[in-house]
Amino acid sequence: MTSYRDKSGRPVVVVTGMGVVTSLGAGKQDNWQKLVAGTSGISAIKRFSTEGLKTRIAGTVDFVPVDPLTAPALASRLADMAAEEAVAQSAIGAKGRFPGPLFLAVAPVEVEWPQRQEIAKASGANEQVTYTDLIRAASSGKFRHYHERFMFASVADGLAQKYGTEGAPVSLSTACASGASAIQLGFEAIRRGETDAALCVATDGSVNIESLIRFSLLSALSTSNDPPQGASKPFSKNRDGFVMSEGAGALVLESYEAAKARGAKILGVLAGCGELADSFHRTRSSPDGKPIVGCMRNALADAGLTPEAIDYINAHGTSTPENDKMECQCVITVFGEHAKKIPISSTKSMIGHTLSAAGAIEAVVTLMTLEHQRIPPTINYNVPDPAITLDVVPNVARDAKMARAISNSFGFGGQNVSLVLAREPA
Amino acid sequence: MADAPREAWITGIGIMSCLGEGLDAHWQGFAEGKRVIDAERFAPFIVHPLAAVDFDKQIPKKGDQRQMEPWQRIGTYAAGLALDSAGVKGDKDLLGRMDMIVAAGGGERDEAVDAAILTALPKAEKRDVFLNERLMNDLRPTLFLAQLSNLLAGNISIVHGVTGSSRTFMGEELAGVDALQITLGRIASGQSDITLIGGSYNGERSDVVMLYEFGGYCLKGEFRPVWERDSQPGFALGSLGAFLVVESRAHAEKRNAKPIARFAAAASGYSNRGKAGAITDELARMWPRVAGALTPGACAVISGATGAAPATAEEKRFLATHAELPVRATGTLVGHGIEPQMVMNVALAALAVNRGKLFPPSGSFERPMDGALRQAVVTGVGHWRGEGLALVEAV
Repeated sequence: MTSYRDKSGRPVVVVTGMGVVTSLGAGKQDNWQKLVAGTSGISAIKRFSTEGLKTRIAGTVDFVPVDPLTAPALASRLADMAAEEAVAQSAIGAKGRFPGPLFLAVAPVEVEWPQRQEIAKASGANEQVTYTDLIRAASSGKFRHYHERFMFASVADGLAQKYGTEGAPVSLSTACASGASAIQLGFEAIRRGETDAALCVATDGSVNIESLIRFSLLSALSTSNDPPQGASKPFSKNRDGFVMSEGAGALVLESYEAAKARGAKILGVLAGCGELADSFHRTRSSPDGKPIVGCMRNALADAGLTPEAIDYINAHGTSTPENDKMECQCVITVFGEHAKKIPISSTKSMIGHTLSAAGAIEAVVTLMTLEHQRIPPTINYNVPDPAITLDVVPNVARDAKMARAISNSFGFGGQNVSLVLAREPA
Repeated sequence: MADAPREAWITGIGIMSCLGEGLDAHWQGFAEGKRVIDAERFAPFIVHPLAAVDFDKQIPKKGDQRQMEPWQRIGTYAAGLALDSAGVKGDKDLLGRMDMIVAAGGGERDEAVDAAILTALPKAEKRDVFLNERLMNDLRPTLFLAQLSNLLAGNISIVHGVTGSSRTFMGEELAGVDALQITLGRIASGQSDITLIGGSYNGERSDVVMLYEFGGYCLKGEFRPVWERDSQPGFALGSLGAFLVVESRAHAEKRNAKPIARFAAAASGYSNRGKAGAITDELARMWPRVAGALTPGACAVISGATGAAPATAEEKRFLATHAELPVRATGTLVGHGIEPQMVMNVALAALAVNRGKLFPPSGSFERPMDGALRQAVVTGVGHWRGEGLALVEAV
């Protein structure tokens, strides 16, 4: 008999719609084909001059025209594309009437350099430009549209209006764990019984000059510019940083009971979420690995599973020296002997690091992995790191029998989230 | 099956603003109607500057302070006050499982760097290359970490050790409303036993004055109480920090913690702002969910009205339909701090019901209240999007 409640009596939560956009392309089909073919979406940045920069590559989404281009404008467009695919697949509600709340992971929003220059010019300041001049120009009323554009809530606002989600949309950030946090919030709302469905979207369109330089100044980015496709090399000994990328992922979550009642196709089960924050450092994780270990253990406990039940790990795997080493050590701590038998791949090797969007994009990829019973590889794995002893599914996709997987997301600022995803029980 | 909702108590409060820090300073400030404004620094715009703070008291390591910009220092400090007030500061075990939800915007820009680049750019031969060079050379590497929204939570984890979970909500005023609603939902349903919730804002910044002036939202000219700004609408940005420790009654009783107030209800709304009167209608729709069982004569409204148009006028129209309830708009005294505003007002409401009386009026729409105060409905209408209501009660 199908059980709509888990062992703790909470509603079982399933996924009935998914959408994805990355530098590899738009839609699940295109992305999946390229992921299992080991294709990289990373290229030389064409959007702005990279002259004089250490990092000149990124996984930009250049096939989606947005004019004028700003990070929130691109993030809005990408989120819309992913949400459209997810909502259409789930066939939930009616057009413009999604029967649940919106949880949106989105990057912090701010005025960007082209706009700042435009305002400075309009201020008419001659010799010395100061913020007093900028404020005077802002007050003129000529830049009213920039108020809305640069409000944090503006990205969610567009989605909430188009999809007619219920109540106030929630915008959130846990840095690189944001996408997973958005899913977790939807998951918890359904478990609380507040709603039968939630639209969880994560988006990032932040490859602009200042964002790139900020990460570069923290020495977080790969400088392996040539060839761009080889730059993101998680778990390799010569890994030298992550590659900034853009994209969006969207998932329609539903209570199993409601989804079955309306005859929806079940794409997978969200079996558990775990979370644990790190208090060690602003950009580095605790050397003892306790927060990451605890995060994965919390996720397993929440799902009521033992480590042996996990068949695949979609790694956070950013390609920074520290993350990949730490993630590997923590996986070994959590999974013990079983760790060596679990394939763990980083799809960031192909997509790059989509930052706020990564957790949701990777949840979609993980569910596709379970659906197709095929594991997308970690590409660019040419120089093995002896310190990383896991099966990283090097370079070539592989078929495998899998029922359950973990998707990890660890953020700057110490916010860690792990999701346990599973196939629908037979 | 779902169990009966668990009662949520506010057991710790940490607040700071132009009125000072802590509950007593705010109680006294409101009792006196103390007006602290700065009309010079960003003239013609008016702001409420933060009272002097000795940050060492809550952020002992100078190294930590250096890694933060003012908004993070204010928030980390206020979070520390809340943990002290709840009697949990330094309790490693408890803090290690304490949840955290922060409502945050973006951090400060380096205004001098922006200004210098904007001054030099028009004269540069190759502007884009020049911009790259200057940003690479002039941006402090750690400034980014002081700007990232989720790094207030990160700093609180580092300085105070709160690590059970960490989520940062954004979206201007709505961030605080969402944080309150989800905190209450999680505690009532058993998803959390104890949560630190709040946020902070530095309103003394040219970059945010510019941002809100795009839409013409900043108060300029003569200072008036928020209800009396019809002829010159706008909010006076205020620097503030506001954090609450909210926990289940059972959890509080087990550790012998005293409640400051009961956090009884919260709701968010999302009116269609393109339609005149939509805010009034949305508040009316939300009201029964939050304020369905008020005790006549013992209840007041702590309003988050900001002075923005048309939000404040529409809220006033709604509140006029509940003329039996005395109203206090705290924004007249503490200003508008955007994301943490609703949390600040829940804190002030909790303070008032705890002391059993309402502070004096500070504007024409407000009338005196003599009787005992047992309940307070808190409103939070975003200047641009989103509505919130909450209810706190004396325990």
